[in-house]
Amino acid sequence: MLVGVAALAVDLTLQSQAPSLTVLSREGRRGLALTVVNGQEFVALDDLAAAFQLAVREASGAVTVTYKARTIVLPPDQALASISGRLVALPSRPMRTGGRWSVPVEFVSRALALVYDARLDLRRTSHLLLVGDVRVPRVTVRHDPLGSAARLTIDATPRAPSSVVQEGGRVVVRFEADALDVVPPVMSPQGIINGVRVDGLALGIELGPRFASFRSTTETLDNTTRLILDFTARAADPSAAPAAPATPPAPEIPSLNQPAPPISTMVIDPGHGGADAGARGARGTLEKDVTLAVARKLKAALEGRLGIRVILTRDDDRHVPLDERSAVANNNKAGLFVSLHANASVRPAVQGASLVVAGLSDADRTRTPAAAVRLPVFGGGLRAIELVPWDVAQLGFIRRSDEAARLIAVELQRSVPVAEPAVIHAPFRVIESANMPAVVIELGYLSNPDQEAQLATGEFQTTVAQAIMEAVVRFRDYLGGGGER
Amino acid sequence: VNLQRALVVGALTAVTASLTWLLFVGLPRWSVSRRATPPAPAATPARPDAVRKIKARLFYVGDDGRQLTSVEQDIAYGESTVEQAKAIVTAQIAPVAEPLVSAIPPGTALRALFITPKGEAYVDLSPELVSAHPGGSTNEMLTVNTIVQALTVNLPSVTSVQVLVDGKEVETLAGHVDLRSPLKAASH
Repeated sequence: MLVGVAALAVDLTLQSQAPSLTVLSREGRRGLALTVVNGQEFVALDDLAAAFQLAVREASGAVTVTYKARTIVLPPDQALASISGRLVALPSRPMRTGGRWSVPVEFVSRALALVYDARLDLRRTSHLLLVGDVRVPRVTVRHDPLGSAARLTIDATPRAPSSVVQEGGRVVVRFEADALDVVPPVMSPQGIINGVRVDGLALGIELGPRFASFRSTTETLDNTTRLILDFTARAADPSAAPAAPATPPAPEIPSLNQPAPPISTMVIDPGHGGADAGARGARGTLEKDVTLAVARKLKAALEGRLGIRVILTRDDDRHVPLDERSAVANNNKAGLFVSLHANASVRPAVQGASLVVAGLSDADRTRTPAAAVRLPVFGGGLRAIELVPWDVAQLGFIRRSDEAARLIAVELQRSVPVAEPAVIHAPFRVIESANMPAVVIELGYLSNPDQEAQLATGEFQTTVAQAIMEAVVRFRDYLGGGGER
Repeated sequence: VNLQRALVVGALTAVTASLTWLLFVGLPRWSVSRRATPPAPAATPARPDAVRKIKARLFYVGDDGRQLTSVEQDIAYGESTVEQAKAIVTAQIAPVAEPLVSAIPPGTALRALFITPKGEAYVDLSPELVSAHPGGSTNEMLTVNTIVQALTVNLPSVTSVQVLVDGKEVETLAGHVDLRSPLKAASH
């Protein structure tokens, strides 16, 4: 069984063309065809029925899906499913093509998972459906070239032990798991490391001619095992090289040939402050304190690990008007503006982080920036200045803000509770005036006793700061990789 | 050259002065006089057959704590759209018993309400709406949406709602949702 499973990791990287869902269980693996309509992925109910022993019937105008006497009802004209009286929302209504019913792929996690005996874990981004108790950690690899050194940060979630050995020209990281869900890093050979390959349950790191040594450290962050591999380069010593080197040395200052990083400055806004304490937990935890603590940790992480210039809109307990917060981001030409908040609901059961992207009204959307006007400037003369209306500056950035929010949600989901839906659009004042991608991050609910306890701890604050930092790395890659189309 | 610069400076000063007058004296007068005009006749005519009560949908916090759910209730009948709107808001902000949970802070009262010919309802609520608000953007959205939904769902002629607090426009109730312009009903 394990042999069949282990080959999966390689396939995952090749499947982006024809979408299909790989179903992985103790019994082996199989594919489920997906159809994409208007950006939404659908799976045929017949295929699901064959894979999960379901009975599908059409009765009195609705489609019913039965599993071991448990029934899911799908009204054909509504985007929801009813499971013994409980309603769950689906992203779209079921679709009928050629006599077959198809449902949004979220049907599996939101409806089928509630009636099915075994655990169903749908991994949307990697098109993977895990059935029952299979160990498939999601592995992310990040490469930070540091001039005469290089660092690989390899995160496995949920936690998976691994061993590291050097085998000839490779360093091999082998995981204890049934399969790997890997996103290999896109990297160009830079002399120390030439690339990372996925090979079954292992990652093979190809060493380059400048490689001298490496060191590995492992740390555990909540549900993630983080392996950090630090590589050092051979010292340049011309006298010790009597013959011409077989491989030309890699350029020492690669940054000259690379485009500037898309985010060189980032502004973090710790929400509320001063007399405005924001939300308050039952045990007295204040939103303004949580947001400032996380902002400081996030600033340290971003500056230390990514070398991004980070500016906080406040670094103490004081009141800052909302417009002034956006102005700090606009005046510093930030590449990303993140406003941190902690939430509250009159229903104490609500929990989970969520993200808010500006939701500008239809009227705002039709407003176009005024054409350049000619204004007198100091020293005489006129200059053409393009005016961006302050209150709708965010208009041109909604799509990039959406992507930033999505990436932050994905990273947060690995380690902390995230609400459903994770990303919403709403007319939030502080981001509407931001002239760059901007999101509000609600870290969790202070009105929930468990979450209040979490939000007050340094450990939880560090975890969310690290998750946001990982998302910033991915967002930077998205901007740099021509993610805008 | 100096004369030219003096002329430019003088002209700019004059323009600034007149703009300042317009902003602080002219516009408020104009808007006060507009607001003082009686609202247009109700778009939804009063039903003569109704006795004293009328059914309306009122909005409360759903079990999920993130969205509103609606309940049909008998509320006072109003002779005109404005009177009906006042009755709806009064019923909506009144305290409720479990299992219903209201997103309106306790103690909030209706100070005034008027509807423009364009269907914008201006709802002026007492300062408790802000001072007694528990905070949190979810609560804030629920509070704002409660008022917007109660008016737009029950009165089709109301297309958007501007919330005022203690007679004045406010930036936000609790630091998140932009209240500078009238809000439309959330589309579902």
